[in-house]
Amino acid sequence: MQLKPQLSKLFKFCALVCLLFVMTGCRFNMRDQPRYEALEGSAFFEDGRASRQMIEDTVARDNLRTDEHFYTGQIDGVPVETFPFPVTKEVLTRGQQRFDIFCAPCHGRIGDGNGMIVQRGFKQPFSFHIDRLRDASPGYFYGAITNGFGAMPIYATRIPPEDRWAIVAYIKALQLSQNAALADVPETELENLENQ
Amino acid sequence: MSRQVFLHPIANTIAKLLILGIVGGAVGLTVFSMLVARSPLMAQVDIAPVQPVPFSHEHHVDGLGLVCRYCHVYVEDSAFAGVPQTEICVGCHSQVWADSPTLAPVLDSYKANESLEWNRVYDLPDYVYFNHSIHINKGVACVSCHGQVNEMPIVRKQSTLHMDWCLDCHRNREDNIRPRSEVFDMHWEAPEDLEALRQRLVEDYHVDVEQFNITDCSICHR
Repeated sequence: MQLKPQLSKLFKFCALVCLLFVMTGCRFNMRDQPRYEALEGSAFFEDGRASRQMIEDTVARDNLRTDEHFYTGQIDGVPVETFPFPVTKEVLTRGQQRFDIFCAPCHGRIGDGNGMIVQRGFKQPFSFHIDRLRDASPGYFYGAITNGFGAMPIYATRIPPEDRWAIVAYIKALQLSQNAALADVPETELENLENQ
Repeated sequence: MSRQVFLHPIANTIAKLLILGIVGGAVGLTVFSMLVARSPLMAQVDIAPVQPVPFSHEHHVDGLGLVCRYCHVYVEDSAFAGVPQTEICVGCHSQVWADSPTLAPVLDSYKANESLEWNRVYDLPDYVYFNHSIHINKGVACVSCHGQVNEMPIVRKQSTLHMDWCLDCHRNREDNIRPRSEVFDMHWEAPEDLEALRQRLVEDYHVDVEQFNITDCSICHR
């Protein structure tokens, strides 16, 4: 079929306009590109997960956990009495922050074992201020966070080792503060305290 | 004066109106559909997707006082904020409300080691690079993008995630910045010298650097 020149031009123009509308369809391919996002579902893998779990005993570069003290809180199976790094004010502040996030829901902000989740029916943990736990070593607490303890789940997946030690340091500080006498307060701070 | 084409005088007017109607209608329809496509409604704002478990942030955050990071563990360190593992739910719900039928999918998923399929509320297009942790670490609060999640029984999207929404904040970086320590506070009360504080924070947190501008195209489209 032969079209007159003008008609052919018009026809081409209309086709172009129609193509423009078709182009809106491109949006969706760009929006959802053929790659996996984190935690997306997958039809390819048997368990349906795009995010693959680490193969057992995989060690990431620079992640060989040779420092037994730091990673396990034990030496030859005995909980350590010392911290793997110096406990500074920053460590304690970090510990307080992490304690309030992860521990306070059950252990309470002051570690008396009376947190909100306990009030809602979770098994009550021991207060940190009983003699047995006041005498417990840092390694003991580190172990409890790492491996769980009784009803308490494992927190190793959520709290990295540095933070676990910081929390332990803060628990130790809590134990001190909850059993402190007025005589333990430095003179410079005494006035401050009395004013409160 | 227009030429008389049709015999009846009114027919001319009708013809004009008809042409106007067709052209105007086409233009109007296009404009309307473009507006609808860009509306918060189409962006699913304030629409709560159906989830496998009717998890209430309101109850867990405001009711129980849990902090965001108790469950959203990676928000500070990861590009993808992450959905909490079932293991975290079970940490408490092995004992609390363990028999509730509402919770059954969570416990079943845990026991069977199968994924619980949550529906994503905030999903950016794949052509946008987004890093969650940088926003948190530069002092953008949870509430700035996610709204008062602590008051939501079921989470609803609170922002369109449209480019103009992103740019609005990237252009006015001092409007949504707050001290890092207050990022997770859902009830932050701004101090009186807020403006000065924000100006200071933009500098302290190095939001502006020499090498690039956060409004550059390549910041988000890499």
